[in-house]
Amino acid sequence: MGRMRGILHIAYKLLINDRAKYAALLVGITFAVFLMIEMTSLFAGILARSSATVINIGASIWVMDPAIQTVANSIPLPSYVLDEVRSMPGVKYAVPLYSGSALLKLRDGTYQAANVIGLDDTSLFGRPTLVDGRLEDIYGENAFIAIKDSEFYKLENPEIGAEFELNDHRGVIVGIARVASSGLFGVPTLYTTYNRALQYIPNTRFTISYLLVEPKSAADVASIKRQVAAAGYLALTKDEFIQKIADFYKYQTGIGTNMLIMTVISFIIGLSISGQTFYTFVIENLEKFGALKAIGAKGRALIFMILFQASFVALTGYGIGVGLCTIIIGLAKLRLPDYAAIVTFGNLALAFFMVVVIAAISSYVGIRKVLKIEPFDIFRG
Amino acid sequence: MAKTAIEAAGLNKWFGEGEAKTHAVRDVTFEAYFGEILYVVGPSGSGKTTMLSIISGILRPNSGSVKIEDTEIWRLSNDALAEFRLHKIGFVFQDYHLFPRLTTAENVAIPLILQKRDWSEALKEAEIDLEVVGLKDRAQLPPVKLSGGEQQRVAIARAIVSRPDILILDEPTASLDGDTGRNIVKFVREHILTDQRCIVIVTHDSRIYEFADRIVKMEDGKLRGIERENLNGQ
Repeated sequence: MGRMRGILHIAYKLLINDRAKYAALLVGITFAVFLMIEMTSLFAGILARSSATVINIGASIWVMDPAIQTVANSIPLPSYVLDEVRSMPGVKYAVPLYSGSALLKLRDGTYQAANVIGLDDTSLFGRPTLVDGRLEDIYGENAFIAIKDSEFYKLENPEIGAEFELNDHRGVIVGIARVASSGLFGVPTLYTTYNRALQYIPNTRFTISYLLVEPKSAADVASIKRQVAAAGYLALTKDEFIQKIADFYKYQTGIGTNMLIMTVISFIIGLSISGQTFYTFVIENLEKFGALKAIGAKGRALIFMILFQASFVALTGYGIGVGLCTIIIGLAKLRLPDYAAIVTFGNLALAFFMVVVIAAISSYVGIRKVLKIEPFDIFRG
Repeated sequence: MAKTAIEAAGLNKWFGEGEAKTHAVRDVTFEAYFGEILYVVGPSGSGKTTMLSIISGILRPNSGSVKIEDTEIWRLSNDALAEFRLHKIGFVFQDYHLFPRLTTAENVAIPLILQKRDWSEALKEAEIDLEVVGLKDRAQLPPVKLSGGEQQRVAIARAIVSRPDILILDEPTASLDGDTGRNIVKFVREHILTDQRCIVIVTHDSRIYEFADRIVKMEDGKLRGIERENLNGQ
């Protein structure tokens, strides 16, 4: 490779000294990368937020009705399922979880929808990390813990002791806490005990949203899943539940399809701009490449030159695209705390793969042209 | 007796098949020697360029052989032939074919770069040859900033930078006005031709005939014999 350095130097200078085409190539790749990463990051953000409750509660196994599609739409379980699961071999403990929504009346008289999470009264399993207040105060009268996430301001930025109404019940904020992930639907979250949640929020005959189960060991997970299935319910590990929710949003809401279409369109736009520009670039230099062949350049040297040019443009455009996307997402998050976008390694890898495909297709067309040109054609004019 | 540089024997080249078959070169045999400038002249379509391409290892003949020094070039593999051209033959194309995005010095250095020489070393050698053709002060300019005659000189510098034994010039005056064309070929005669170098020029410009040692004429793909010989008393 070291011996190819000179020829690559020529390729580099041919590329960057043609500023108009170099700029067009960079714009094409950067634009495509920016759109692809932006689209997939938005989707990743939506997926992460759609599983916020599962991530924040952190239970190893979730037991639910088999018809459940997302954590937000729970189908209540009868209380005997809790007893049955607790009696299963391999179960270390199992606790109920309430997950529902409520309409709060704030001090200024306005109404605000909120998620209410009811934790097992005894263990408070899945409790958030308090940043203000004392955990034991949750057992006090009308006590709620407010989650300080991007939706916190919708509760009028309450402090300890702040009051609100929930179905004509008085509620008091006794703690401020943080969780790992904000929810998808743009509503604030309150934590309380399971029994208080049932007391404050109208319920159906069955009241348990989910059962949170801790196995005695990792080896017991499969057995617990089988036993729960035999009882007519579904047990999923945390990761499986997150995947199930993600699959719902991907395949059953149209969001996934739309994001896929947008990503493919971004790819096609990038390919069109870069491919066309690179093709023109090669065509304009075709006679010169033919002259190089006549002088004594071997086909593989010319292939190296074109591959280098395509790769250089692709990687530079990729870097600028990633940087631009990161800046835009960062700025958006400064202005819009609810902005759901996460740049994941998966997004970066997907965009990189697509850029490599763009570079490969663009250079393939150029290489074909260059290999076809005969030095004799240069003499013939 | 000068040493033979190029020995072409029984060259034939045709294109197409059946009724579309065109016999571009017919049974051409000739020799060129070190220390001479040989002109190949003839009307358009007479096969000059095809013959030039065959003797320079660019276009494979249908039959016949080309020996340059002691090498039968058409017995070499494609890679070996490319390597042979790179080291033994210098080309000056009719349209120069200089890269407009490279500097003049970088254009001249290309054969050395293809020989995998160090970049800065190649540029230094290129500047030496630019000095030979009187364009050292133009080394950092792009070719598009030069006149036609200057671009032709750059092309000549590129052709000689690897010290080839054979120099091939294809219609070197075609894109130049009369005086500039004459000056270029005169320059080649006075500064580029050496006893160790053979120069073959394809042209139909009779105004530069005076600079040839020998002139061979082609018509309908055939070599019609030597038109003029030893013009310069060699």
